[in-house]
Amino acid sequence: MYRQAPRLLIRALDGGRGGRLIGRAFSTDVPAASVEDSAFVEAWKKVAPNLEPPKTPLSFMRPRPPTPSSIPSKLTVNFVLPYQSEISNKEVDMVIVPATTGQMGVLPGHVATIAELKPGVLSVHDGNEVTKYVVSSGFAFIHANSIADIVAVEAVPVDRIDPSLVQKGLADFTQKLSSATTDLEKAEAQIGVDVHSALNAALSG
Amino acid sequence: MASAAAGSSAAVPFWRAAGMTYITYSNICASLVRSCLKEPYKSEAASREKVHFAISKWADGKPEKPTVRSDSPEE
Repeated sequence: MYRQAPRLLIRALDGGRGGRLIGRAFSTDVPAASVEDSAFVEAWKKVAPNLEPPKTPLSFMRPRPPTPSSIPSKLTVNFVLPYQSEISNKEVDMVIVPATTGQMGVLPGHVATIAELKPGVLSVHDGNEVTKYVVSSGFAFIHANSIADIVAVEAVPVDRIDPSLVQKGLADFTQKLSSATTDLEKAEAQIGVDVHSALNAALSG
Repeated sequence: MASAAAGSSAAVPFWRAAGMTYITYSNICASLVRSCLKEPYKSEAASREKVHFAISKWADGKPEKPTVRSDSPEE
């Protein structure tokens, strides 16, 4: 009989917990999440005071790091590629990421955001030095505690791009775009044009 | 996934409308960027594009001889 108790209790509490979660404030206002589910433990102790309450999924999760009450002065950036880690835990003043919605500047204290990246230039600003990378595509996760995680499939410093290859590619794909027939060909040609024009802008900007 | 008839909310990106997945789009972007690199970096990058896998078809509950495919980037 007691074997079914955790399953039934979790199901009974899910409605309550789910309802409360929807009414919760934004992550910037919430303190670090607790590891133990106190409501569940209390309900368990009422039903089975002599048994140890089982661990719920919440206790296996690491608590969300607390949002500092005052805005930190520096942004911590992690920039990783599948084959290496470009920037790891570096404290900088600002990063500008090429989001699909446009170039997005991220300062310390930025609201928590997930941004999909388009092919473009990522620039990291620290004091007077600016490091620029050309990013092929990826995502940027900005957390409420001023940590930015940027993941990209391919990213190179701008000086490793060959301008003549970019011009040639742009001309090729523009021509392919005008002669494309099927939807898929058009999409591929459009991607080619997008990437090469972004590379072009990166070289000149 | 969103079909061409956009009854769903967001405007789909052009590659999704053409039937491409995000991974395909992302890989195409990455290989295009790699093809525009200057020389020593370009050959290092070529190794990242290689794929090596074995496919085996199953018939009557038994695997047939696997075919090993090793594709290096060639258009």
